[in-house]
Amino acid sequence: MKKGISYAKWGYIFLIPFFVVYFIFSLVPILETFGYSFLDYVVSQGQAASIRNPSGGADNIINNGFCGFKNYADVLKSDGIFTLSFKNTTILWLIGFIPQIIVSLLLASWFTDIRLKLKAQGFFKTVMYMPNVIMASAISLLFFSLFIKNGAIDTMLGHPDMLNNVTGARIVVGLINFLMWYGNTTILLMAAMMGIDTSLYEAAQIDGANPTQVFWQITIPLIKPILAFVIVTSMIGGLQMYDVPYLIGGTAGNPVGVLKTMVSQIQLGKNSSVGAVSALSILIFIVSAILGFITLKLMDDKSVKSMYDKKKQPKKINMATSKK
Amino acid sequence: MAQLKRILAGAMALCMAGAVFTACGDKTSDDDKGGSNGKTTLKDVEPAKAEDLVNTGKKYNIYVWNTEFKERFEKYYWDQRDEALWDGVEVNWVTNPNDDNNYQTKLDEAIKGQNDAADDDKIDMFLVEADYAMKYVNSDAPLDVIGEVGLTKDDLANQYKYTQDVMTDSSGTLKGVSWQATPGLFMYNTEYAKQVLGTDDPEEVQKAVADWDKFAETAQKMKDAGIFMVSGYDDTYRCFSNNVSAPWVTDGKITIDPQIQKWAEQTKEYTDKGFNNGTSLWDENWVAGQKIDGKVFGYFYSTWGIPFCLLPNTLDDPEGEQKEGNGGYGKWKACAGPQSYFWGGTWICGAYGSDNIAITRDIMLKMTCDTATMKSITENEQDYTNNKAAIKELIDGGYTNPFLGGQDHLSLLSDAADKIDLSNKISAYDQGCNEEFQKAMKDYFQGNATYDEALATFKTNITTKYGDLTMD
Amino acid sequence: MARIEGMAGETDSQTRLLVRRIVAYVVLCFLVFISLLPFYLLLINATRGKTQSGLKVIPEGLLLRNFRNVFSENFKTNYGSFIRAFGNSIFVSFFTTVLSVYFSALTAYAIHVYDFRLKKPIHTFILIIMMVPTQASAIGLYRMLKGFGLTDSFIPLIIPGIAAPAVYFFMIQYMASALPLEIVEAARMDGCGEYRTFNTIVLPILKPALAVQAIFGFVASWNNLFLPQMLLDKQEMKTIPVLLQMIKANIASNPMTADTGLMNMFMVLAILPVVVVYLLLSKNIVGGVSLGAVKG
Repeated sequence: MKKGISYAKWGYIFLIPFFVVYFIFSLVPILETFGYSFLDYVVSQGQAASIRNPSGGADNIINNGFCGFKNYADVLKSDGIFTLSFKNTTILWLIGFIPQIIVSLLLASWFTDIRLKLKAQGFFKTVMYMPNVIMASAISLLFFSLFIKNGAIDTMLGHPDMLNNVTGARIVVGLINFLMWYGNTTILLMAAMMGIDTSLYEAAQIDGANPTQVFWQITIPLIKPILAFVIVTSMIGGLQMYDVPYLIGGTAGNPVGVLKTMVSQIQLGKNSSVGAVSALSILIFIVSAILGFITLKLMDDKSVKSMYDKKKQPKKINMATSKK
Repeated sequence: MAQLKRILAGAMALCMAGAVFTACGDKTSDDDKGGSNGKTTLKDVEPAKAEDLVNTGKKYNIYVWNTEFKERFEKYYWDQRDEALWDGVEVNWVTNPNDDNNYQTKLDEAIKGQNDAADDDKIDMFLVEADYAMKYVNSDAPLDVIGEVGLTKDDLANQYKYTQDVMTDSSGTLKGVSWQATPGLFMYNTEYAKQVLGTDDPEEVQKAVADWDKFAETAQKMKDAGIFMVSGYDDTYRCFSNNVSAPWVTDGKITIDPQIQKWAEQTKEYTDKGFNNGTSLWDENWVAGQKIDGKVFGYFYSTWGIPFCLLPNTLDDPEGEQKEGNGGYGKWKACAGPQSYFWGGTWICGAYGSDNIAITRDIMLKMTCDTATMKSITENEQDYTNNKAAIKELIDGGYTNPFLGGQDHLSLLSDAADKIDLSNKISAYDQGCNEEFQKAMKDYFQGNATYDEALATFKTNITTKYGDLTMD
Repeated sequence: MARIEGMAGETDSQTRLLVRRIVAYVVLCFLVFISLLPFYLLLINATRGKTQSGLKVIPEGLLLRNFRNVFSENFKTNYGSFIRAFGNSIFVSFFTTVLSVYFSALTAYAIHVYDFRLKKPIHTFILIIMMVPTQASAIGLYRMLKGFGLTDSFIPLIIPGIAAPAVYFFMIQYMASALPLEIVEAARMDGCGEYRTFNTIVLPILKPALAVQAIFGFVASWNNLFLPQMLLDKQEMKTIPVLLQMIKANIASNPMTADTGLMNMFMVLAILPVVVVYLLLSKNIVGGVSLGAVKG
C-alpha cells in the first residue's frame, strides 16, 4: 500500500474551495466583527450621510476608537442584551425541545418496535416531517392568528390570551418549534434505533423484559451518541432562533421582552449600536464554538475517532445534518 | 500576549479599512442632532428654471415602503405626465418595508452610495414619513424644492403650512412636499351613539367627547352598555404624542414628555376599567371592532383612515359594492374628538445627484400643487389632499360623504388641519421611539410589568436601536 | 402451575400490546392532524377575501381570484413579478444546493481518503465552526460585501454554499460507513486520476447521501430570508421570502391594498414546489437519514 505521502497533496488541494470560501465569507467577517466589538462605534440613525460634501466623511458614524472590553461589559451586565437574550433563548429552546425529544423518542421506539408492527409507517413519517418545509414565518403567522385573543384556539381554550402572558407566549413559540422539528428528530432517532441489533431485543423478550425496561436498558444506552448529537444540534438551532419569536412578539419580544432572542438583538441593533452588537455576536460565536467542542467530545469515541483509525465499525450509527 | 496584541491590531486595521475613521469630537455639532425645526419662513431663493433642469437618466428610481404612492402615481399622475420628459425613461420602484427602520436603513445605504452609483441606479426620488422626516430635512440629500427643483412659492401657496414646516430646515430651505394633509378625527359608530347617547348627531356626540373627562364619562356609559369606547391601547396615542411640549429627542437625549406619560396613565386606567378591548393597532381584533356590530364605539383616524381601513373593514362583503346596506357603510360619522392631532403623512423628496430632476418637478407639480388633480383625489379616494383651494371648492360645492351617512367631514378635517402645529415637536428618531414605547407599555397595560419596569424595557430597546442616544 | 401462569401472562401481554397499539395510533393520528393543520388552513385562507377575521374550516370561493391576483399586472407593480421572484428563488436555491452538496462531498473526501498532517485539526476545526450561526458574522459580512459592491448580487447567496460544515459532517459520516478505501485504491490501480476518481467513481456511490442533503439544502435555501432581505434591493433580484415580507408589511402599513387572501395564496404557491419536491423524494429523506444504519 503506497497511499499516503504521494497522495497527501490531493487532500490539501481538495480542501482549497472550502477554505477559500470559508475565509472570505465567514472568517473575515467574523474578524471584522471582532474588531468592531472593541470599538466605541455607533451609527447615528438620526442623521443621513452627507453627499454634497463627500470629503466631510460619513458624519453619521460616531467612532470614538478603541474602548477595550466596554462593549462586552455592557452586554454582559445583569440587564445587558446578552444576559437577557441568552436566558430567553435558553428557556424558549427548552420549552420546545423537551417535549420534542420525549415525543420523538416515543415515536421512534414505536416505529422500531418489532412487536408493535405499526402499519402505514411511511405515511406517518412523511407527514410528520412536512411542517419542516414550510417557511417559519408562514407557520408563525398562522399560529399567531390562532392564539391571539378571540382567535380560534384561544376561544376553544376559554380565552387564556396566551400571547399576552409570559408562560403562554413561551408555550406558543415552543409549540411552533416542536411542530417544525419533531419529525426531523424522530427520523434521526429512528435511524439510530434501527442500527441496534434486533437480536438484542429478541434476547430481552425471551428474558421477559417489558417494553419500558427494554427502552431504558437497551435502546437508550445504544443510541447515546446520536442522542447527544440531536441535543447539541438542536441547541445550535436554538441559538439561531429568530423568525418564530420575532413574528409572535415583535422587536420588543412582548410580553415583557421574554421573546427577545440573541439573533433578534443583533437585528435590533445592527444598524446603530455596532460596537455592542458586535460584542454580542462574538459572545454568540464563543458560546456556539464551545457547544461545538462539546459535541465533538460527546461523539468522539463512537464515530469520529474511528475515521482517523481507519477501522471499519461493524455497526455505524449515522448522523444527519444539523438543524438549519 | 504579544501575539494577541498582533491579532487585535490586525483586526482593528481590518475594520478601520472598511470604515471612514472620524476623529473624536469631529462629528456634527450637537445642535443638529435630533434637533427640531421651529416655524421657519421659507427663504427667498430664485426658483430653478424648468429648462435648466437635468433630464438625462433612463431610469427613474423611486424609493418607497409600500404601495400607497405608487397607486396614486399611476392613477393620477401617469396619464397627465409630461411625455416629452418621460420619453425613453422607465420608472423603477424600489420597495423596502418600513418596519424596524428597515426602509430608512436601505435608503441611508443608497444615499451613502449616491455619488458612486451608476446613473441608472441613482435615487431620483424618495419618500419619507413624519416620524423620521427630520433626519432627511437636516441632511443634504434632498433637493431644495424651490432652488433646485424649480417649484415657485406660488405653486406651493395652496399647501398647508404645517406640511411645509415639517420639511423646512433651519435655514429656511424646503426639502420636500406632500400630496396629503393628515389631520385626525374621532370616527364613531352611529348605532351605538343612538343606543347610548340617544343621538348620532356629530355636534351632540362631539359634546360627549369634547375633552378627556367627558370622554371618560361617555366611556363609562358605553361600558355599562357592553361597548368598548376605543378598541385598544394605541388608539389614543397620537392625540397625546402630537401635543407634546418637546420632541422625543433633544441633544441626543431621550425624554418622556408629560403628554406621553399621560397617555400611558390614561390607557392603563381605561384598560383596568374595561374601556378598551385590549387590542393593538392593526391586529385582527382591532380590525374586527370596525364592523358595525363590533362592540367598539369609535376609532381615532386620520384622513386616510376611511379609505384605507375603516371602509374596507366595516363592509360585510368587502368584495361587494360599496353602498348602504353593505355592513357599516353609511353608519359611521366623524367628530373632532377631545384633542386635535394628526397622524402620519408622507412627503416626497427629490434626491441630490438625480439625473432626472425635470421629472421630479413634473411629479411634484402635478401631485402636490395641482388643484384639479388633488380635488379629484379627495373626491374619489376620500384622501384629504394638501390643497386648501381644492378642499374649499369641495366644501363649497356641498360635499357629502355617503360612507359617513352624508356628513361633510371635510369641514371638520379642514378645521383640524388648520390647528396642526409641529414646531418643536418632532425629532429624527420618532419612528423608533413611538414604536418601542407603545410595545413596551403594552406590558404595563396588561399587568405584566409596572410602569417603571416597562420604562426600563423601553430604555434598553431604544438605546440598542439608536446607539447614539442616551436616556436617564 | 408455571404453565398456566405463562398462559395468563401471554394473554395479558397480548391485551397490553393491543392497548399500546391503540395508544400509538391515537397519538400518531393526533400528530398527523396538527402537522397537516397548517397546510389545510393556508389552503382555506387562500380561498378567502382581502380581510379575514376569525377561523374558517370550509373554503370560500375566491381561490381563482387570489390566484389571478398573484399573477396580475397590479401585483407586479406593487411587489414585483411572482414569476421572476420564483425564478430567482429557483436559481439561487438550485445553485446553492448543487455547490454545497458537491463541494461538501469533496471536502469530506479529502479528509476521509487522504492522510496528511493537518487532517485531524482541520476536521476538528470544521466541526467546531459548524455550530456558529451565520448571524454572528452579519455585521462584518454586510460591510464587507458593500465594500466589494456585492450587494444586489446572487454571489453572496450562492457561493458560501461551498463551505457548509453541516453538510460536510453528514458526508463524512456517510463515507465512513459506505465508502471503503479499497474502491479508491482499485481506481488508482487502473490509473484513474484523483479528481476523476472522485467525480466518476465516488460521487455515484454517494448518491443517496447527496440526494438527502440536496433536499435539506434546497428547502433551507428556498426559505432563507435573512441574507436576501439584507442584501437584495432591486425588485428584479428579490426572492420569494423577500416578496412575502413585503406583502406582509403592506398589510400593516397600507391596509387599502393589503390583501390577506392574496398573501395566503402567495404562501401556498411559495410552499408548493418544496412540498412537491419533498413528496416525490420523501422516500429518500425518510430512508436517507438512516442510510448509514441500514447499510451497516
